[in-house]
Amino acid sequence: MLSLFKTAWGVFLRAFEKRVTVSYPEERPYLAPRFRGRIILSRDPDGGERCVACYLCAAACPVDCIALDAAETEDGRRYPSFFRINFSRCIFCGYCEEACPTYAIQLTPDFEMSEYARQSLVYEKEDLLISGTGKYPDYNFYRVAGLAIKGKDKGEAENETPPVDIRGLMP
Amino acid sequence: MQGIIASVLTIAFVLIALLTSSAALIWAERSLLALWQDRYGPNRVGPLGLFQPVADMIKIFTKDDWVPPFADRPVFVLAPAIIVITVLTAFAVMPFAPGVLVADMDIGVLFFLAMSSLSIYSVVLAGWSSNSKYALLGGLRGAAQMLSYEIFMGLSIMGVVLLAGSFNLNDIVEAQRNMWFFIPSSGLFIFFPAGLAETHRLPFDLPEAENELVAGYHTEYSGLKFGMFYIGEYLGVTLIASMITTLFLGGWLGPVLPPAVWFILKTGAVIVVFILLRASLPRPRFDQLMGFGWKAMLPLALINLLVTGGIILALTDAPVFPGGGNAEPL
Repeated sequence: MLSLFKTAWGVFLRAFEKRVTVSYPEERPYLAPRFRGRIILSRDPDGGERCVACYLCAAACPVDCIALDAAETEDGRRYPSFFRINFSRCIFCGYCEEACPTYAIQLTPDFEMSEYARQSLVYEKEDLLISGTGKYPDYNFYRVAGLAIKGKDKGEAENETPPVDIRGLMP
Repeated sequence: MQGIIASVLTIAFVLIALLTSSAALIWAERSLLALWQDRYGPNRVGPLGLFQPVADMIKIFTKDDWVPPFADRPVFVLAPAIIVITVLTAFAVMPFAPGVLVADMDIGVLFFLAMSSLSIYSVVLAGWSSNSKYALLGGLRGAAQMLSYEIFMGLSIMGVVLLAGSFNLNDIVEAQRNMWFFIPSSGLFIFFPAGLAETHRLPFDLPEAENELVAGYHTEYSGLKFGMFYIGEYLGVTLIASMITTLFLGGWLGPVLPPAVWFILKTGAVIVVFILLRASLPRPRFDQLMGFGWKAMLPLALINLLVTGGIILALTDAPVFPGGGNAEPL
């Protein structure tokens, strides 16, 4: 019987505790830098698209919400001709970001993407592509990759030695 | 003629005050529960969320007022009205302030007991006419709970009646000028749990018991009929709280402030305790509830009555009640 009164008193004392509710629209919650929210496609420091349309993100996606098709520019850069993420399926697991070899696809600390129509949750490439570099400001895939594109031949990338002439005899 | 107008005005005033306060109670309860659970509760509609009950009311008005095809239609429709009617009728004998009461009855206490017991018909008939398992179980529980708790509820008041020497609630309040009755008569501690059971509030809300019986006796109800049960519950809480105020806490008596304010303050405090108990106590099992009523509370009520009677006999000059007269109040 006494324990009942103790309980009631304990509950009454909660009145003087701080409330844990975050009054959301007025008061913003803290989002960690690595918060996994809305997905974006980032660009190189020089403004080119990072995505090389390798399909690794689409393969890694456990709910199959990513669709894209590869294309190639005249100067040899691969890019997605379309890139579509269905956010009504996306579970924000971040596997696409882990799978991406070029840091192109990234998850951002933003969750405010409610829509009235389900169709509005299908984001096309122009919705996904941002003008900046995202989390990796200095990374430029084609600068460090061995792939030859127009204006950068094999062996001219950063930290890359010129290609070995495999028919030559010199070491 | 003047008397009729005065009493009609009183009735209208009491009705409006009660219905408004029970609407406000919905907000108050949700806010207090939130406060004790470190949340904010309703704070979006209007200042401090005060218009939340209005929004709720609009929502309930626009809901489909559906009667299940398997229900006993006339009884199903009648049941929710009974609880509101009986509880509001019970308020007729409540002295809110000197002179402000609808019916100055000499059997006020008995009238209150009768009306508050009648309100159980609402629960039982709703449970029966819904023709569904959960509702029937809720109605059964309501009937059993009411039967066992009604008995010592009446007995716990008898101590007060002995002390005041009257069944008239006005006289009972007047008799508390020197000392509130919860000090000499510990009936409050018996009346309070009985009142909780009477209004089937948590922790004694077994007729509803949403985790086992969906919503108990009002499972099949929707729209305005459900709203009647909802309002009826809060009216019941107000009724029991103001009854506790009148019987044990000196009613409208109090210094400085006007009597009506004292009445509202005391009733409000009791309601806050009701809500605090809801926030803190778990619901007992049904057999525990019945056992508690019959094995603990009923003997306690009888002992309380005996001791109160003994004290009165010891303190007042014999003969007590010569030819039906009043005993001297303590």
